[in-house]
Amino acid sequence: MSTVDLPGQLAEIREDFLALEQPDRLMLLLEFSNELPELPERYRDHPDLFERVVECQSPVFIFVEVDAERAVHLYATAPAESPTTRGFASILAQGLDGLSVDEVLAVPDDYPQSIGLTQAVSPLRLRGMTAMLGRTKRQLRERVAALD
Amino acid sequence: MTVPTDPSETFSHYAHPERLVSTEWLQAHLGTPGLVVVESDEDVILYETGHIPGAVKIDWHTDLNDPVERDYIDGAGFAALLGRKGISRDSTVVIYGDKSNWWAAYALWVFTLFGHEDVRLLDGGRQKWIDEGRDLTRDREAAVPAEYPVVERSDAPIRAFKDDVLAHFGHPLVDVRSPEEYSGERTTAPAYPEEGALRAGHIPSAVSVPWARAAAEDATFRSRAELDAIYRDEAGLNGDEPVIAYCRIGERSSHTWFVLTHLLGLENVRNYDGSWTEWGSAVRVPIVQGSAPGTAPAAR
Repeated sequence: MSTVDLPGQLAEIREDFLALEQPDRLMLLLEFSNELPELPERYRDHPDLFERVVECQSPVFIFVEVDAERAVHLYATAPAESPTTRGFASILAQGLDGLSVDEVLAVPDDYPQSIGLTQAVSPLRLRGMTAMLGRTKRQLRERVAALD
Repeated sequence: MTVPTDPSETFSHYAHPERLVSTEWLQAHLGTPGLVVVESDEDVILYETGHIPGAVKIDWHTDLNDPVERDYIDGAGFAALLGRKGISRDSTVVIYGDKSNWWAAYALWVFTLFGHEDVRLLDGGRQKWIDEGRDLTRDREAAVPAEYPVVERSDAPIRAFKDDVLAHFGHPLVDVRSPEEYSGERTTAPAYPEEGALRAGHIPSAVSVPWARAAAEDATFRSRAELDAIYRDEAGLNGDEPVIAYCRIGERSSHTWFVLTHLLGLENVRNYDGSWTEWGSAVRVPIVQGSAPGTAPAAR
């Protein structure tokens, strides 16, 4: 597990998961799934902006935004019949929201493996979340390069 | 059998119609003593978002796989699991799930390793039940624990290991993965991440019949005539010889195993659950790339 200091909200999510017994961790993942934020109005009719996370088995799309204060926002869509994938997207969307560009880029790539779900969720599924994080960082680098 | 079978005309054309129930039948029989409904999905929390009233959940990864060795749970583990889920040895078990019953068929195959006699699939699975507007509930699982005996797994009749495949050359092999995995363009299903096979391609002489060809648009199984055309006429599986089916980890090929064994009535069909994640990483086993089956090496 990585020893880098995690941004507060990601650390909090990890602590929340690790404090629970295995079956309850899945219930928390379900809560995250239910809480995946709706897309803001301005992005609702712009599927062109969104990138498919092809590593996920279900259709998951993400879009990274850097706002005027250079804070990062991750928007994601995933189908209701894939709650696990929705849950992963929601953890990242909520965990990264409002962080600075540097903070997001410094999030350890093994964060998905560190939140206590490796027993309850198959390795294949967790790799989907790793891919989501990787694609988020790549998009972020592109956004920042375009801004500078 | 504890609960009567579904007498539907469609099912009567299959070799073992008692292995399927329709959504109408299940709706009418919910709550019947001796009947336990099991949901088994790819997605580990899909059950919690809504399930058939009274159904219990069995997860392929957390419940059926041994957490340490790459194997299934043993007799004691299976007895404890089924007891917890309120299933007795003489229960009628109806399994359903997502993705055209892909994982439900896998669970049914594992139940069969332990010789559970009366285990059936809900034709059309979770999708058809929902599409027909039938009830779902988010109630927590509330099984009344039952006594299930410790029965050791009997792998040989329906499960093949790598050495069995090497000894099987000259007899039919069915590769049920996608055409891209079969030809060797990739080692995982399209839209799935890479999962641990070092080489790509297929086992020599295996014919390619992607598993989902057996499922119709509404997730039900295709008719007997359609299945005969695919498996007997096209793939040449006429029932005279033993057959081994495989995929990536043995889940998709459980679906094909169900079709060949219970719907077409072929005898001596085995599922090679080591599948491509084992064969594609094993040392000194033959592999063929491209879309042609290739010739079978000598059996060893």
